[in-house]
Amino acid sequence: MTTLRIRNAIKQYPNGAQAVKGVSVDVEDGELVVFVGPSGCGKSTLLRMVAGLEEVTDGEIELNGRVVNNLEPADRNIAMVFQNYALYPHMSVRKNLAYGLKNRGTPSDEIDRKVEEAGALLQISEFLDRKPSQLSGGQRQRVAMGRAIVRNPAIFLFDEPLSNLDAKLRNQMRLEIKKLQRRLDTAAIYVTHDQVEAMTLADRIVVLNNGMVEQIGTPTEVYSRPATTFVASFIGAPPMNLIPGELSKGQLHIGAHSMPMNSAHAGPVTFGFRPERAHMNGAASGLAVEIGVIEELGAHRLIHGRVGDHEVTVAQDAELPPPDGRMMLAFNEQDTHLFDPDTGARV
Amino acid sequence: MEKAQFTSPWLPYLLLAPQMIIIAIFFLWPAAEAIRASFFLEDPFFGTATFVGLQNYSDAFAASDYQRTAWFTFVFVVLVSLISLGIGMMLAVSADRVLRGKGSYKTLLMWVYAIAPPVAGLIGVMLFDQHIGPLVEFVAYFGWDLQVGVDYWDTGFAMIVVATWKQVPYCFIFFLSGLQSIPTSVKEASAIDCRSETRRFWTITFPLLAPTTFFLLILNITYAMFETFGMIDQIVKDQPGNSPVTLVYKVFRDGFRGNDIGGSSAQSVILMILVLALTVAQFRLIERRIHYT
Ligand SMILES: Nc1ncnc2c1ncn2[C@@H]1O[C@H](COP(=O)(O)OP(=O)(O)O)[C@@H](O)[C@H]1O
Ligand SMILES: [Mg+2]
Repeated sequence: MTTLRIRNAIKQYPNGAQAVKGVSVDVEDGELVVFVGPSGCGKSTLLRMVAGLEEVTDGEIELNGRVVNNLEPADRNIAMVFQNYALYPHMSVRKNLAYGLKNRGTPSDEIDRKVEEAGALLQISEFLDRKPSQLSGGQRQRVAMGRAIVRNPAIFLFDEPLSNLDAKLRNQMRLEIKKLQRRLDTAAIYVTHDQVEAMTLADRIVVLNNGMVEQIGTPTEVYSRPATTFVASFIGAPPMNLIPGELSKGQLHIGAHSMPMNSAHAGPVTFGFRPERAHMNGAASGLAVEIGVIEELGAHRLIHGRVGDHEVTVAQDAELPPPDGRMMLAFNEQDTHLFDPDTGARV
Repeated sequence: MEKAQFTSPWLPYLLLAPQMIIIAIFFLWPAAEAIRASFFLEDPFFGTATFVGLQNYSDAFAASDYQRTAWFTFVFVVLVSLISLGIGMMLAVSADRVLRGKGSYKTLLMWVYAIAPPVAGLIGVMLFDQHIGPLVEFVAYFGWDLQVGVDYWDTGFAMIVVATWKQVPYCFIFFLSGLQSIPTSVKEASAIDCRSETRRFWTITFPLLAPTTFFLLILNITYAMFETFGMIDQIVKDQPGNSPVTLVYKVFRDGFRGNDIGGSSAQSVILMILVLALTVAQFRLIERRIHYT
C-alpha cells in the first residue's frame, strides 16, 4: 500500500525564484497521477522534491505515513526515470539494472533473477550485455524503465520520459508505460507538458501553472469541467473557445446575440465552448460566426472564424457539407462554460 | 568528408615542406647525430673520435651513477605524476560540487591554468630557499633540518614538491572539465541508486573520468621526465654532484659539463627509445579507449 501526500510544498531556489508556491497533492496506491503544465511551471521541481533531489523549502512530503523531507534520495524508496535516460555510460545494461540493487545489499542470485525478469518484461533481454551507447533511443528508454522497476519501489517518478523519442515511438511507449504501470500496480507520478499524454495516461491529472495547482481531477473532469480559463485553454486540442460576454437575468449576451443560461450570476463573464461541442443549426438564430479559413483534417474539419473581434474555432464532421460565409452556432447547456473574466475561475 | 584534389603532384609536398623542414632540422638531424655520436668516443680537446660500438651504452648501464639517477627518476616520475593526479582530482571534485551549473566561475578558474605554471614554479623554488624559504622554516618547527642542495633526499623532496606544485593546476582544470561533462542527471540517478557518496565516486565518477585520468597520466609522465629540466637546474645549479637529478638533466650535465659527448648521446638515445615506447603505449591505449557517448 503506497500513499504519497504532498502538503503545501514550497520551493524557492537560492536565486530567489519561487518555482513551487504551495502545492498539495495526494497519490493513492496504484494510481498514475500526471503533472501537466507549460514549460517552466514547476512540474519537474515538484517531482524532484518528491525524489529528494531538490530540498523542500517549506511544506511536507509524506510517503506511507512518514515525512521524508530530510531523507536522502536513496532512502526514499522511489525510482525515477529521467528525460535523457541518465544511464551509466560505462556499465552494461545488466550492470545498469543491477546497480541500485547491489548497493542495497541484495543477494546476487536475486539480482540476477530480477534483472532477467525486468529484461524479459521490457523486451531488452538480448541487449543485457551491451553498453548504452550501442542502443537506440527507444531501447535506452526501456533500460531506464528497467532500472526503475527492478527495485520494486513504492512509487515511480517519470520526468518527461518520452520527449526525446520520435512521435511514433512516443505513442507506442506511452501505451506500454500505462500497461506496465497497471500490471505492476505501483503508484506513479508522470510529468509532461503534453496534454495528450496527460489525458491518455492519467488516472488523475494535476494541472500546474506558474507554480500553483489550477485543477486536480480525472481526465474527464478536467476536460468537461475545467476549473479555470487556463485549464480550459490548456487541455484539449484545439483549445476551448473563450469569448467575453455579459450575464443578466439568466440571459447571456454576446454582441447582439443572447441565449438563456441557467446561472444566477450577473455581470461580465467569459463564455467558453469546445470546438467539437458546438452545433451548426440551419436556423437563422444562434451565435453568428463569420467564417474565415477552413482546414480539412480527413475525419473532420476545423472551421476558423470570428465572433465580433474574437477568433473562434469549430470542429465539424467531414461528412457534413462545409458551411459558407456565415454560420449560426447553438450549444447544449452542459457544453457551455462560464468563467470570471478577472480571476479566470469557473462561475 | 570531401577529398581535395591537387592539380600538381608536387603541390601537397610543397605545402607540407615548412613543417617537414622544421621537423628535419630540429628533430631528425639532432636525433641522427645523437645516434651516430653514441657509437663513438670523442676526444673533447682534439675533436677526434674513435668508434667504440656499444661501449657507451654498456658503460652507461654499468655506471652506479647512472643506475642511481635512473632510480631517482623513476621515483620522481611516479610520485610527481600520481600525487598531482590525486591532488588535482581532489580539488576538482570539491570545486565541481560548488560549481555545478555555474558557468561563470568556471571561466574564472581557467585563469589558474594561464597564470599558475610559470609563477608557481618560481614561488615553489623560493619556498625552499635555504635562507628565506618559508617551507624550510616551517618544517624546522617539527625538527626537520631541511637542507636543499646538501642532503640527497631533501633535495629530491624539494624537487618532487615543486614539480607537483606546478602540475596540480593542469590536472585540476582537466579533471574539473571532465567532471563537469558528467551529466547532472547521471549523478542524480546514482544518488537514487546508491546512498554512499564515496561508493558513488568510485563506481560512477571515477570510471567516467578514466579517459581524462589516462590522458593526464601520460601528460604528467612526459612533464616529470622532460619538462622539469629548468626547475631542477634552478635547484641544483651551484651544488656539487651529490644532488639527485633526472635522466634528462644528467644527459645535459654529462655532455656539456662533463664533456662526455659519446656517453651523453648514448643516454639520450636510451631516453628517445623510452619516449617512443611511451608514445606507442599511448596510441595503443587511445585506440582501445572507451568512448562514452
Ligand atoms: N536550479 C534552479 N535555480 C533557479 N531556478 C530554477 C532552477 N531550476 C528551475 N528553476 C526555475 O524554476 C521554474 C520551474 O522550473 P521546472 O520545474 O524545471 O519547470 P518545468 O519542469 O515545469 O518546465 C522555472 O522558472 C525555472 O527557471
Ligand atoms: Mg521539466
